[in-house]
Amino acid sequence: MVVTQADERTHARAGTLARRRRMPNWLITVISVVLALCLWEVLGRNSNPLLGTYPSAIFVEFLRMMKDGRLLTALVQSGEPFLTGYVAAAIVGIPVGLLLGRYRFMEAAFGIYVTAGYATPLIALVPLMILWFGLGFTVKAVIVFLLSFFPICLNTWFGVKAVPKSLVEVGTAFCAPQTRIIRGIILPATIPYIMAGLRLGIGKAVIGIVIAEFQTAISGLGGIIIKAANGFRTAEMFVPIILIMVIAVALTAAVGWLERRIAPWQEEISGRDAP
Amino acid sequence: MAHLAVQNVTKSFTTSDGTEFARALDGISFDIEKGEIAAVIGPSGCGKTTALRIIMGLESATSGQVLVNGRRVSGCGLDRGMVFQHAELLPWRSTLSNVGYGLEMKGVRKPELDRVAAEYLDLVGLSHARDFRPHQLSGGMKQRVGIARALAIDPDVLLMDEPFGALDSQTRETLHAELLAIHRKTKKTILIVTHDLDEAVMLAHRVVVLKAGRVDQIIPVELGDRADLGNVRASTEYATKRAMIWKALHGDARQAA
Repeated sequence: MVVTQADERTHARAGTLARRRRMPNWLITVISVVLALCLWEVLGRNSNPLLGTYPSAIFVEFLRMMKDGRLLTALVQSGEPFLTGYVAAAIVGIPVGLLLGRYRFMEAAFGIYVTAGYATPLIALVPLMILWFGLGFTVKAVIVFLLSFFPICLNTWFGVKAVPKSLVEVGTAFCAPQTRIIRGIILPATIPYIMAGLRLGIGKAVIGIVIAEFQTAISGLGGIIIKAANGFRTAEMFVPIILIMVIAVALTAAVGWLERRIAPWQEEISGRDAP
Repeated sequence: MAHLAVQNVTKSFTTSDGTEFARALDGISFDIEKGEIAAVIGPSGCGKTTALRIIMGLESATSGQVLVNGRRVSGCGLDRGMVFQHAELLPWRSTLSNVGYGLEMKGVRKPELDRVAAEYLDLVGLSHARDFRPHQLSGGMKQRVGIARALAIDPDVLLMDEPFGALDSQTRETLHAELLAIHRKTKKTILIVTHDLDEAVMLAHRVVVLKAGRVDQIIPVELGDRADLGNVRASTEYATKRAMIWKALHGDARQAA
């Protein structure tokens, strides 16, 4: 085939076009976020400071609160019960979910409570929790536990139900004892569902810790939010809100990282890139 | 005495109040001698897979019994090795570790575990793929790993449930030759369930034709050592037995269709 100069030019142009279309994903995300922040900044500066705020004001407030140490103290006050409740929910929720999915009796006897617990507006129980556990660390941890336990447990349970029967039969055919079937086949096959449960659990746990701090002893990040809101200090109110959001996003990413570490085959099997 | 004996096995499915609504197997019996390859063939729904699952112990028979080496089968057992229809390799294990799965359950420990698994991986010609994961293997390679996994526990009987059904015809023929080569080396007793007439005649010394849950005919096939599958295909014995089994399968096809 004879390649003319014109051909080469078109090829070259097609090449740049293709390259331009292949903008890296992170860059698209960054541009999107920057645009959204700019829009907020412009709209926020033109509105009543009591009713709205804008990114630069929040940032200034953030620096001030970092300097006087208020933010870090609050972060520790919220972080400890958050992690305690969430980790406990994972430690209890995953094995319970596995048992519910694997044993018909367990499912029939206890599945109903997990389904009901997941559907109940547990946040409404906070006043009762305060009566039981007081106003301190324990009640916060318990509320976080309650809210994140159910999505983690439910997802694990449904994940076990979704494991192909034929895969379990491999264990049966090679005379694997029940414990080894659960550990060696059910558990690894359920990992994507468990991880989805852990992600959903983070969202619920974040709601749990903030509500708990609103209603119990006013402390931690939730305490700052409600005090600032009551004083109409909108920018100050947004600092912990955004901090919590960033932490929750980071934790969700950490679960994704964990999944890739302990279940590397999963990513290889399922193409996860959106077109 | 037969190496694998299926004696009057019945399997019925009943509703919760005990009334029978389907009978998958209606008193089937056949024997397989040591070192023989037998095929169970029949139209879909004839109960051939159910029969294999009962022999493996994945399902229990309503009545009748299965004997392996004279011992009555109940539940699973490492005297039988199962090759699944879609290989069913564990996606999180490497090829080598998939082959070693049965050995692990048998209580074999490393380094012996890896040594034996590697030996069987070599038997199916996949030594180069020992560190691959199942999703990196082709359909034919997966099934070869499945065969190695079943053979690795050194079972008395190898049970195969339509093992090549999902493969393309060329891969299937390659694997037929390989299975025969493995059989010459290991002298295992093999029971293979298939819906493929050519596969049955090509591989089996004895073909059990199953129809509507009953043994219709048992047809011996004498094709020597089958070292050259081209010659096997061209032989009159192949043509005669193929025609015979075809007739057995399709004899009353008009009524069914």
